[in-house]
Amino acid sequence: MKKNDLILIAVILVITLASIAGIRLWQHNNTGGAATAVVTIDGVKYGEYPLSSDVTERIELPDGSYNILNISGGFAEVTEASCPDQICVKHNHIKYAGETIVCLPNKLVVEIEGGEDNGIDGSTH
Amino acid sequence: MSNKRIAFLGLFVALAFVLSYIEYLLPLNIGIPGAKIGIANLAVMVTLYTVGEKSAIALSVVRVVLVGLTFGNISMMMYSLAGATLSLLVMLIAKRIGKLSMTGVSVLGGVSHNIGQIIVAMLVLETESLFYYLPFLIVVGTITGVVIGIVSNLITVRVKKVLSF
Ligand SMILES: [Zn+2]
Repeated sequence: MKKNDLILIAVILVITLASIAGIRLWQHNNTGGAATAVVTIDGVKYGEYPLSSDVTERIELPDGSYNILNISGGFAEVTEASCPDQICVKHNHIKYAGETIVCLPNKLVVEIEGGEDNGIDGSTH
Repeated sequence: MSNKRIAFLGLFVALAFVLSYIEYLLPLNIGIPGAKIGIANLAVMVTLYTVGEKSAIALSVVRVVLVGLTFGNISMMMYSLAGATLSLLVMLIAKRIGKLSMTGVSVLGGVSHNIGQIIVAMLVLETESLFYYLPFLIVVGTITGVVIGIVSNLITVRVKKVLSF
């Protein structure tokens, strides 16, 4: 390993760790009491679920595949899915604005929208 | 190309295929779409530094198509082709500039591989929200890149000895 390699690795790690910290901070500051989990399939909005009320929703796709979305205790998570990679099921539960759970095989995205305190979506004010 | 080089290229294609299969059996499932250990990059790196650039390009394409046809489907093949192409391009440029050793080149390869995959995922899913995974993917790519770079260097030194006979 050359000195240049170490510099490269150090620069990459410093920049990315700083961005992770920045993203976390932004997420915490932009999550209000009315945060919702928005489900999108193949770019089309499927539904919106407030994190404040517990619910379990089985999301069926036309080809028979499915994802089960569970909202409890203010968190959203995918508890079961038909996809082969199970990345969406393995994903930690989410609650902060901008956090997502993605199921690539089913083209499904669960994304948290911040709610009242979210300065980005003016329509919720 | 000498017969010895052709033999090695064949060996590395087989190695890339086996490594991809291992990765398929033991995926790095940390809940982040597009995160991969990318151990098949080991074969690409060694080919790049021993047999040559054109062979490394050929190996990458053959590997993605073979693995896609065997274990995946067309859309998965698209993700890995985007990752593999971007990663190989970055590694070729980094190697030519010559300021980095194999470790640095491999780190750039690992990082760009993960970036390529997430970009395709963002396009396919039509959501920018995946952008949020980028720093995590870059950290994963850096760590795996270091390990793969060090191992690739060990193999390259030995292969070069055989080729120089
Ligand atoms: Zn899934």
